[in-house]
Formats: sequence, C-alpha cells, structure tokens
Amino acid sequence: MSANKIDAKIPDGALEQKWTKYRSTVPLVNPANKRNLEVIVVGSGLAGSSAAASLSELGYKVKVFCFQDSPRRAHSIAAQGGINAAKNYQNDGDSVYRLFYDTIKGGDYRARESNVYRLAEVSANIIDQCVAQGVPFAREYGGMLDNRSFGGTQVKRTFYAAGQTGQQLLLGAYSALQRQIGLGAVSMYTRHEMLDVVIIDGKCRGIIARDLISGKIERHTAHAVLLCTGGYGNVFFLSTNAMGSNVTAAWKAHKRGAFFGNPCFTQIHPTCIPVSGDHQSKLTLMSESLRNDGRIWVPKKKEDAAAIREGRLNPNDLKEEDRDYYLERRYPAFGNLVPRDVASRAAKERCDAGFGVNQTGEAVYLDFAHNMKYKYGKKEAAKKGITNPTEAQLTELGKAVVKEQYGNLFDMYHQITGVNPYENPMMIYPAVHYTMGGLWVDYNLMTTVPGLYALGEANFSDHGANRLGASALMQGLADGYFVIPYTIGAYLSNEIRTGNINPDHEAFVAAEKSVSETLQKLMSIKGSKSVDYFHKRLGKIMWDKCGMARNAEGLKQAITDIQQLRSEFWSDVRIPGDLNEFNPELEKAGRVADFIELGELMCRDALNRNESCGGHFREEYQTEEGEALRDDENFSYVSAWEFKPGVDWELHKEELKYENIKIAQRSYK
Amino acid sequence: MNWFSKMFASSIGQKLILALTGLFLCTFLVVHVIGNLQLFKNDNGLAFNLYSVFMTTNPLIKTVSYLLYFSILFHAFKGLQLAYKNKIARPVGYAVINGKANSHWTSRSMGVLGTIILVFIVVHMSDFWYEYKFGNIPYAKYTENMSTGEVKFERYLSEAGEPLTINSKKEEYVEGNNKIIIVKDLYEEVSEEFENPFLVMVYILAMFAIGFHLFHGFQSGFQSIGLNHPRYSPAIKFLGLWVFSILVPALFAAMPIYFLLIK
Amino acid sequence: MSGNMNLTLKVWRQKNKSDKGRFETYPVQDISPDMSFLEMFDVLNEKLINDGKEPVAFDHDCREGICGMCSMFINGRPHGPLQGVTTCQLHMRSFKTGDTIVVEPWRAKAFPVIKDLAVDRSAFDRIIASGGFISVNTGNAQDANATPIGKDDADASFAAAMCIGCGACVAACKNASAMLFVSAKISQFALLPQGQPERNQRVLNMVAQMDAEGFGSCTNTGACEAECPKGISLSNIARMNRDFIGAQLSSQKV
Repeated sequence: MSANKIDAKIPDGALEQKWTKYRSTVPLVNPANKRNLEVIVVGSGLAGSSAAASLSELGYKVKVFCFQDSPRRAHSIAAQGGINAAKNYQNDGDSVYRLFYDTIKGGDYRARESNVYRLAEVSANIIDQCVAQGVPFAREYGGMLDNRSFGGTQVKRTFYAAGQTGQQLLLGAYSALQRQIGLGAVSMYTRHEMLDVVIIDGKCRGIIARDLISGKIERHTAHAVLLCTGGYGNVFFLSTNAMGSNVTAAWKAHKRGAFFGNPCFTQIHPTCIPVSGDHQSKLTLMSESLRNDGRIWVPKKKEDAAAIREGRLNPNDLKEEDRDYYLERRYPAFGNLVPRDVASRAAKERCDAGFGVNQTGEAVYLDFAHNMKYKYGKKEAAKKGITNPTEAQLTELGKAVVKEQYGNLFDMYHQITGVNPYENPMMIYPAVHYTMGGLWVDYNLMTTVPGLYALGEANFSDHGANRLGASALMQGLADGYFVIPYTIGAYLSNEIRTGNINPDHEAFVAAEKSVSETLQKLMSIKGSKSVDYFHKRLGKIMWDKCGMARNAEGLKQAITDIQQLRSEFWSDVRIPGDLNEFNPELEKAGRVADFIELGELMCRDALNRNESCGGHFREEYQTEEGEALRDDENFSYVSAWEFKPGVDWELHKEELKYENIKIAQRSYK
Repeated sequence: MNWFSKMFASSIGQKLILALTGLFLCTFLVVHVIGNLQLFKNDNGLAFNLYSVFMTTNPLIKTVSYLLYFSILFHAFKGLQLAYKNKIARPVGYAVINGKANSHWTSRSMGVLGTIILVFIVVHMSDFWYEYKFGNIPYAKYTENMSTGEVKFERYLSEAGEPLTINSKKEEYVEGNNKIIIVKDLYEEVSEEFENPFLVMVYILAMFAIGFHLFHGFQSGFQSIGLNHPRYSPAIKFLGLWVFSILVPALFAAMPIYFLLIK
Repeated sequence: MSGNMNLTLKVWRQKNKSDKGRFETYPVQDISPDMSFLEMFDVLNEKLINDGKEPVAFDHDCREGICGMCSMFINGRPHGPLQGVTTCQLHMRSFKTGDTIVVEPWRAKAFPVIKDLAVDRSAFDRIIASGGFISVNTGNAQDANATPIGKDDADASFAAAMCIGCGACVAACKNASAMLFVSAKISQFALLPQGQPERNQRVLNMVAQMDAEGFGSCTNTGACEAECPKGISLSNIARMNRDFIGAQLSSQKV
C-alpha cells in the first residue's frame, strides 16, 4: 500500500474560499501560447462538448472525437428530469452549502468535500450559461424559470425542459461546439473510437483512434487529453445507457496507468420499465421527476399480488386499504422522494418478498391516479370554479396537467409497453443507470497520468456512493464549462516550451502496433459465439452477484466466473466482416473485452469494501431494519485501483476528510 | 452574383418566385372568370365582345397582361427547373414509397399538373388569343335603338354576303336614332369552337388539373412567403379549397358545357 | 410463445459507399410483439452471425427515441408505420405474422450510404456549424432570470428545439429537403430574446449551407411534419421563409 502515489491536490484554506482562491492563483497560459497547445477531447456529451467549446474559446487548439455519427448523439441527450442549481429562485431556503450538504449526504459520505463544494458553487453559473445559449427551460407565466423537486432534497432546485432536459442542455453545448468547428477552431472526428492513450516520458501525449468507417488506425498528438467518455453501466448488458456507451477509453487509460476510483459504486435507478423478455436489448428509464406525483405501491396481501400477476385482478380495482405505499410507510419524511439507492432497494425487498406485480414478479406500481384526481384535478376545478366536481371530471382535469408535465414520458411508456399509463398505474423496476465510480482524478480533474484528465461521469469525483437525481447534468457541465478551463492551466502552463509533439515517436509507433495487434487478434479468433452472447453472460453475472445486493461469497464466485468468461471470450468469439471496413461487431467486441476486465475489478472492489454505503449494499452489513450499515472507521476512503500486468490490481486509498460536515447515519425517515 | 440574384437563386428564393408568380396568376384567374361570365349573357355576345376589346386595348391592362405572360412562362420554367433540381437531390430512389401516409397526392403532383396546365394554356391561347390577334375573326354589327334600347344583331357582311373587316377591333358611331357598334366577334369564335365535344372534354380535364393544382398551390404559396398563422391560415385554406380549387374551375368548365349543350 | 410472429424482411444491403447495393430477403421466426423493431434486427443479426454471414449494419444508440441515430425507411415510410415514433420505439405489435417488411436506408444526395442501412448525416452538423447557435462564450452570461421570457414563447421555442436531428424529414420529403430540420433550429432561437442579435445572419448562413449540401427545395407537401417523430411543425418553415426574405431585404451588406 503506497499512500503517497495519489495526491488529491486539494487547495488549502476554508472550504468556501478554496475554489475562489485557487482559480485566482492557478497559473495562466498567455493567448499566444494557447494557440500552440493542442488538447484532445474524447467524447462529446455534456462534459466533452462544453469543455471543447470552452477551451477553444480560450484559444487552445482542440480536437474532439466521438464514436457516434454526430456529437449531438452522445448519451447525455437521454437525461430526462433536470439539472440542479443552487439558485434559490423559489425562496425555499436553498444555498450553495445546502446543495453541497445534500450531495455529500446523498452520496453516503463517500465523496470529496472540496470537489463537491466547488460543484455547488458553479452550479448557478451553468444555468446562466445555458439560458444565454438559448436552452428553452420550462418557465412560469411571468417569464421566470420554473423548478421541480427531485429525490433526496427538500427544496425545489431542479431546472428542467419537460422530460428532455439532457437533450436541451446537450444541444446547447453541441451548438457551442459546432460554432467553434464552424470557426475552424475545433477539428471534429466523428465515427472515431479512441483505442489507446500514448504516454511519452510519463506524460500523456496523444491517442490512437480508429476511423470506424475505413477501419484506419490513426495517431493524434496533444499536450493534454480529456476523457469525457461517460459511465460504464453497460457492463451489466441491460442498463439505461445507450447501446454504444462503453468503458473502452477509460479502460485503456486505466491500463496505461490511470487509477480507477470506486469501480463498484453503481447506481440502480428505481423507476425503469421492467424487462419484458429475453430479447431485451436495453432498459428505459422513467424520469425520477415522476416520483413528484406518482405514488409507489404493491398490494398488501400476497394473494392479491398473485392475482394481479395472473391477470385475475385489475390493480385499479384494489381498494386503498389493501395497498402498501411502502416508501411512504418506511420513510415518512421523504416519502416517494427518497434517494435512488433507497428506493431501489425497497422495491427489490418487496419483490423478493413476493409482492411483485408483473409476470416475472419483478415490478412495482407507480401510480398517478391519486394525484391526478386530488392534487391537480381539484386545483384545476377550483381554478375553473367548478363546485362539487365528479370523480370523472377530476380525473379529466388532472389528466391535462399531467399530460403537460410528463406527456413525452407517458407516451414513451405507452409505446414500449402497449399499456396506457393514463388509465393504468405504470409498472416499474430498478435498473442500472449510472456509475459513480470512474477514473480517479485530483482537484484539477487530472488522473494519475500527467496530462490525462477525466470529466463528467467518466471520473469518480463528486457523487460518492450514490448520485442524487439531476446532479449528473450539473457535474458534466460544471467540469466542462467552469472547472477544466481553469485547472488545465496548472498543467499546460508548464507545457509552453514542449513544442509540437512528434507523431512518429516510438511510443506512438508502439501504441499503434499494440492496437492493431489486438484488433487482428480479435478478428483471428473466428470462434463460434457472437459478441452479444458473451456480453449477456457477463451482464447476468454482474446483475446477480454485483448488482443491487452483494455478498462476499457471490462476489468471489463472480470473479472466478468472469475470469472463465474472459478466457472463453478470447478463444471463442466470432466477429464477421473485415478489419478495414465499417464493422459494428468488431467495435462491440473490443468494448466487451474491456467490460469483462472491468467487471472483475468491480467485483474485487465490492469484495474489498466490507460495508454498505449508497449504491453498494453488502448483505452482510445491514441494520435490523434492512438499512445500509456504513463503516466510517475503516472505509472512509476512495478505492483507487492501479492496473498491474496480467489483469491484476493494486489498491491505493485516498482518505476522505470531512471538515465541514458532521458525518451521520443517513436517514430519510 | 449580387445579393438580389443570390436571393432568388437560393432554395427559398426559388419557392418565393413560384409563390409570387403563382398567387399573381390566381388573381388573374379571378378577373378572367368574372369577365368571361359575360359569355352567359343572352345578348348575342355584345357584352363579351366589348369586354374583349377593352381587355386587349386598355394600356394599363395591356401592361399587366405582359406581366401575366411573363409570369406564366416564368412560373412554368421555374417550376420545372425546381422539379428537376429536387429530383437530383435524391439520385437513388426508394423501392417502396407510401406517400399517401404523409401527404396529399396533389402536393406530390404539382409538376405533372402544372405541365398539363401549361399544355392547355398553349391550346387555349392558340384557340382564342392567337385567333383574336392574328386570325380571321369575323365582325359583328350591333344596332342599338337609342330610344327603345333594343339591340339588333347581324353579321358584318357585304351585300354579296362576304365578311367585311375594319381597321380596328371596334368601331362605334351614331346613325340617326341608332348606335352602331361593329366589333370583332370573338363570341362567335367561342361558340364555334365549343361545338367540338373533344375540345370541350380537353377544357374540362384542364379545369380539373387547375383545381387540383390550386388545391395545393394556393395555400402553399402563402406558406412559401412565410404566412402561416394559427388564426389566418384556416381562412386561406378555406379560400384555396372552395374558391380556387372548386368555384373558379367549375365556372370555367361551365362555359364550354354551356355552349356545347345549351347554345 | 403464442402470439409470436414469422416475418419476411427485404433489407437493403450495400457493402460501402461505392457499392451499388441490392435487396436481400431474410425470413425471421418467432418474433415477440413486445420486441422493438431494432431488437428484431438484433435477432436477425444474431442469426446471420451464427450462419457465418455478415450482419446488417444499421445506426442506433439510445434506443429510447431521443438520440436521433436510428434511421430506417420501413415499408415506404421513415421510422415505419406509426406517427411520432422513432424506429427504436416502434414495436413489433404494429405488424402481424406473415407480413413482408421492406427496409431501406434514408435516401438523399446529402445523406450518402455508408453501409447497408447506415447513412452519413454530417451535412446536418455542418448546417448547425454555419449558424445554429447563439454566440456566447462561456462565462459571458447574465443571470438566468434577468430577462423574463413569456411561457408561450418559451414553450414554442422548446417545441422547435425538440428536433432530434434524425433526418426523417429529409427521408420523407419527395425532394429530400432539409427545411424542417433547419427551420426548427432557426425558430428555436428566433422565438427567444437571446437569439435576436444574430437572427438575420443566422438564417442567411444556415440556408446557404443547406443549399450547398445538396438538399432539395421545399414544396410544402407536409410529409416532413407528418413523419417527424417529434412533431416539429411546418409553421417553422414559414417562419424561416419570412425571416430569410426579411433578412435579405433588410441586410446592409451588398
């Protein structure tokens, strides 16, 4: 164990002063020198697009890579509910400190104080920036911005654009990026996948990328490389991530020396559409914002649950007293708006106990009927001056309001399930959604490889063991717009004498060779099973043994299973087509190969962490009421894993110090 | 290219040309149909013939008519050019297209309908406009008794029964108690032409083409110049349907039918 | 399982940009009505791989109707028989056993085929780069509530901004025109106070780029609006037309 290998470089001083002071003293690069410094941004989601645009505006030469056909397709686009910011427009007691506090508490005291405080500080600037870009956030009739509430908070601080907030924010960042491309300041490489980072004399000096259309392997030099490549939830095969979301860029960096932080911290989102069959290719999230107005329940009696499963009983006919609103029952203070990890576990607990309501027994209800009628229906009736409205009238009036607020989500649900959610309660079940873990970074967002940075979901830094809703968008944009433009100066100010980097340097030649060889090896296996076959098997191992609940025995088994799977993969995968052409199966194969290695690390990390916290629930460590049992004495640290040759790891620890928050048992009761 | 030609060379500029010329032609159609309603007057063509003279001699109307000829040609030329350009925007076509699922057939057939109309205009112009200007159209003589208002019609012939001509389209003088009007008898030409059932058929079909063309074209013209408004667009659509795609073509079609069947 | 379907697929296969391409016919069996159209293609591809054949290349990513990547022309319509739905959100319950389904790529000069059903839509990115933005550098912004924006305007701007850039409008249009896409972006900004300073220049630049990409011209058939998975309205095209004409006539540049 070598504690000195990682240094978080947290500035001194009081928490409130750290960022202000630091960004005023961080070394600068003068404009003439910026023009000679190249920055590569991998990934074009919120973090990548915002960083690329902002750095280009500052004058750096920027190259952006994405595997999709356009930077606008990055998976940030799918975020639905909203983005948090400590604006306190609602006058309900919000502040930078409260957002900071909620985030640390929501993350179950496993995040770094200084980073989170900075995130809360810049959150307000994000909203200003996005509005200036023309992002059409929802507004009230007076023309002011509207807010909604999200899980784990008691203030309304979430800004939103119907159920498409991520789309609107990404299009804002994308347009800023396209502006720079149009000005010739950014070179864009779409349908390119990063397959290695190149390190010269201990510093990151560029990447190796594959042109996905021609199959050509390319060398690209840079003075700094930013990985903004998102999370690795697809290690579970089924997740709410896009089909192409992958860990490959981060994993290649990891194998070149970047430590991986808290890999086992995955977020299982409580409100997703349940699995419908073996053909399922991905899971679809129903925004957390639905929990503002939807009440979650299962039947109180097992026989009712069975009757519903077999189609003998219509849930609408089940009497109020026979329903168990288990979140409201267990957590009266936060009710249906408890954080995601808590809500997910509670759903699993009910379903495991036999109260699940769909054919597989793995679903609970999210019911709008009550609020449709009594919250909105009554309000509308009062507005319209209807005295003594009938039940049907109330439903009708309320339906219009619900349609306005959640229309696109309801349509999506209807489309996927074939069931009309205005008439029947939605069925939901938890699904893998987000990964709090990621490449370990210091206060500057730099990984353990000098010159190599990780932003957004790709890093581990801000959400601890559980992320609060509407905070991912906040973090991605904070990192890209308001953090990296300052902190990158600390490194690049020392690079002004480096000059152009030689793409023919032996390190580039060697990296390119190793990439080519790996690809050729994959193509040469010519086995009998498709890539998806292995991916599905990996997903099942991960979901069963490293999912919502984990235990030591299962994790040990999973590690053996994954190692076995890895050797099978490398001897029996079948990849059709050629190397030098558009070959989606080859792309998938490379990604799955990396997922397999990552899966093993996640299990090792979960096995190492003998406590329950946030999204990491070890069955051995729980209270009598089944709540997570944290062990602050022994596990108040970030696990930073160093890759060792032969697929092995060494653990380093970053101790977490809480100087401004009193650590407490997390309670939402 | 200067900004003006650049503007009209752009995709929106081309639409603009089609819209402006098209809507101008629509206003012409209204004038044309109202004027031609005089064919239905039971006066042996006096009113219609006088109207024809007025339309072809009034300097203002003559000027407008040149604009009209230009508009027809330019509308047709631009329309066909645009259809070609739009065709090459999709060099490889689809094997299966289900157009009716997303649009009205008229909107997808403007080029064909327009071409039919263009051919019709050539036929129509050579039938009447050319004949009237350069052909041998006989003259009619109307003798109006100024005290009774009674009008007597006769062909303008010599004693031997040979058609007589004058040096203008119309001559008007007073002889005693009578006002004499000698005028080119286009009315006679019309009624002769429309005794041919084949030609009547052609005219009726052409009117269908115009109706369908304008069903899409009229409201489309407004969209092209940027006029789409939740309050006013329904009125434009209403006008396009009932006036331009039904009433105007129906009235035009009624004229040959009237001559074929009733006269 | 009962209710599962057997179908015949006629799929466009094209090795690369320069290949001529042709249709191939594939039977698929035991398709669940709960599958999405793309999951049905997953089944087909799995089968092709197991048979030692090359799977069908098609673009897809989020599979929840928002990224705009999926792009199949199904039985003569972009994104298939339903309205307001992308290919990934089209489910097999919209078909019945015994159906023959013809699947083609988007067809337009400006969208060349890359392979099979995948096309190159980078023309859209270049159009946005020519003016589909508000020029505000990071850090320049005033407080977000400093300029109130009426709810109706904000909502209308949002309705235009919902465009996912999938290109169904181009695919549906008999002229392969991109005007719905371009006008949606122009409208989003034209409806907001922030968008006013660049309003004229934006429409001129974006229309010029759109024309340069080789898209056809709009003839107001309305097919784009009918097929748009996000219901972007034709009124945006009218707004673009009038902004374009206004900008041309009022510009001080010669």
